[in-house]
Amino acid sequence: MFTRRQALLGAAAATMVAGALPKLASAAPVTEAEIAALPRQKITLVAPPFVHAHDQVATSGPKVVEFTMPIEEKKVVIDDEGTEFQAMTFNGSMPGPMMVVHEGDYVELTLINPDTNSMPHNIDFHAATGALGGGALTLINPGEQVKLRFKATRSGTFVYHCAPEGAMIPWHVVSGMSGTIMVLPREGLKNEKGEALRYDKVFYIGENDFYVPRDEEGNYKTYESHGESYADTVQVMRGLIPTHVVFNGAKGALTGDNAMKSKVGETVLIVHSQANRDTRPHLIGGHGDYVWEEGKFANPPAKDLETWFIRGGSAGAALYTFLQPGVYAYVNHNLIEAVELGATAHFVVEGEWNDDLMKQVVAPSPITTN
Amino acid sequence: MHVNLFEVAMGAVASLAVPFAAMGVAGKPVDTPRLPLAETVEIAATAIDYPLPGEFLLDARPATAASMKIETPAFRIMKRQVSLADYELCVADGACRPADARPNPLDVPVTGVNWLDAEAYASWYSRGTGVTWRLPTALEAAVAAGERFGGESFTAQADDPANPAVRWLRRYREEAAAKRPPDPEPKPFGHYGPNSMGIEDFGGNVWEWTSTCYERVTLASDRKTVLSKTENCGVHVLEGRHRAYMSNFVRDGRSGGCAVGTPPENLGFRLVRDNDFPLIAWADARLRGLLGQHSTPF
Ligand SMILES: [Cu+2]
Repeated sequence: MFTRRQALLGAAAATMVAGALPKLASAAPVTEAEIAALPRQKITLVAPPFVHAHDQVATSGPKVVEFTMPIEEKKVVIDDEGTEFQAMTFNGSMPGPMMVVHEGDYVELTLINPDTNSMPHNIDFHAATGALGGGALTLINPGEQVKLRFKATRSGTFVYHCAPEGAMIPWHVVSGMSGTIMVLPREGLKNEKGEALRYDKVFYIGENDFYVPRDEEGNYKTYESHGESYADTVQVMRGLIPTHVVFNGAKGALTGDNAMKSKVGETVLIVHSQANRDTRPHLIGGHGDYVWEEGKFANPPAKDLETWFIRGGSAGAALYTFLQPGVYAYVNHNLIEAVELGATAHFVVEGEWNDDLMKQVVAPSPITTN
Repeated sequence: MHVNLFEVAMGAVASLAVPFAAMGVAGKPVDTPRLPLAETVEIAATAIDYPLPGEFLLDARPATAASMKIETPAFRIMKRQVSLADYELCVADGACRPADARPNPLDVPVTGVNWLDAEAYASWYSRGTGVTWRLPTALEAAVAAGERFGGESFTAQADDPANPAVRWLRRYREEAAAKRPPDPEPKPFGHYGPNSMGIEDFGGNVWEWTSTCYERVTLASDRKTVLSKTENCGVHVLEGRHRAYMSNFVRDGRSGGCAVGTPPENLGFRLVRDNDFPLIAWADARLRGLLGQHSTPF
């Protein structure tokens, strides 16, 4: 059916983009010839928390955007105790890299499962329609590759993840196989009044919950292969209590030298993705000026949030302009998960201090008794 | 090593004290000290430039404490940290709580112990040996550490009085730069070798509890005169690769406590053998035993 929003969007697009207009989902089917006639763009993905260069407002009509992602099974270290973990990754990173397109674009992904891997994998895009999000069309064995195209018909931040079959699904996801695609409205982000919102930087934080088995003495076990780790790991998974809750694949991955950098007056878009489990991002000492908790840009953003809720299996986005310099912790505000299990990242923000916003009026001193 | 007047005097008293001790206070036989005395190193009286532990404020801004020339009398301190094996004896005796030590051969320093555990061990070991043992002060630890004394890992001085974030950001950067991979596995004694005074393993992967409390001090503009001071003995100073401050109940150093740098992998301790009359020490230990103060009250 043709909604009011689509009508508006169509009208807006018509005024904005002269020439090749996308046919919307509700319109007559687009032919292969028409898609073949669209401009193509090849994107090189970058590792999180960074995001490949992109336009916030589309500068032309719809395109076919090409991505290539190899899948890599590998052993990684996930905490400062040196715990080794048999990870499965899209493009070698946890989370998998973020893809950015505009609503109405076609995403064309070449997924590669090198023969150095041991298991079949696939990809389920929450942004895509049909075939289990593409999962039914992308299952590939080691030594195979596949090319999937889907039309980005809804704007927002969406999780993608591996979903081979049955018990393999949660195991692959909590082994690291998830990522995010951001489908921007062609006209860019808007506030609740329809006014344009822009960001100077985008940071992409993927939260992982890991379930690492322990030995009789309570130490984390390491395994020589994914297969050997499977049975023990499923037992821990079934308890639903993660041993690690981390950002970007390891405790401390976004701290210290790898802390995210910004400055006073700069506006950042923070995309937070969790493929498996609920989380509640909070920027300590800051706020969410505009937050799309569910991540879907067709809905007006919530304003001035202290903490926002990301449902397991979704990605949300928060826009914030830094007003004070300092070191900000960005946490999952289940603080046990933040501090004990690892869900803490840092922003290092340069700039001038604003005494009007905050000032230590009297330094700590003994209690006065007059 | 040199024999000083004190040791001569002590030896004389000890020879008097032993038969008396064996007789017991009320004429009944008592258990004579049964634990062997740990090997100690005598540290000669000295004066060192010593950065005072704690947090300092000047004109309501964070400041560095003046490093002061401080004199210490001679003292004797354990050559090695207290071992897991020795600590286990205290546990077996019911006077110490089991350490959170990693599974290990026993011939390593005890780790996973908090300040209260260290205090409990010191009083048990004093009773068991008939000699007073106690935690070193932070100053004594610094003196005994000699060239391995780490001190503060961060210059607390406010960089910009108008912008506290400048200092926070500097501290964050220094911390990131000082980051090293943790190495938590306790090492056999001697792994880190002796310092110039023959003290073994100081500054390795075990930070050592001291008896010095954390304090916040407001200084006058001469940076020496103390205008006010708040002492918090719920937090004690640890010395090691760098200085750390930890709550008395903390057994896992990785929970933090360092201004800058990788937090302590392990918390342990060594003890000072007090230069006191063995008779008094024995009586003191005996008295405390009679009063039932085997374990440190909270
Ligand atoms: Cu998979």
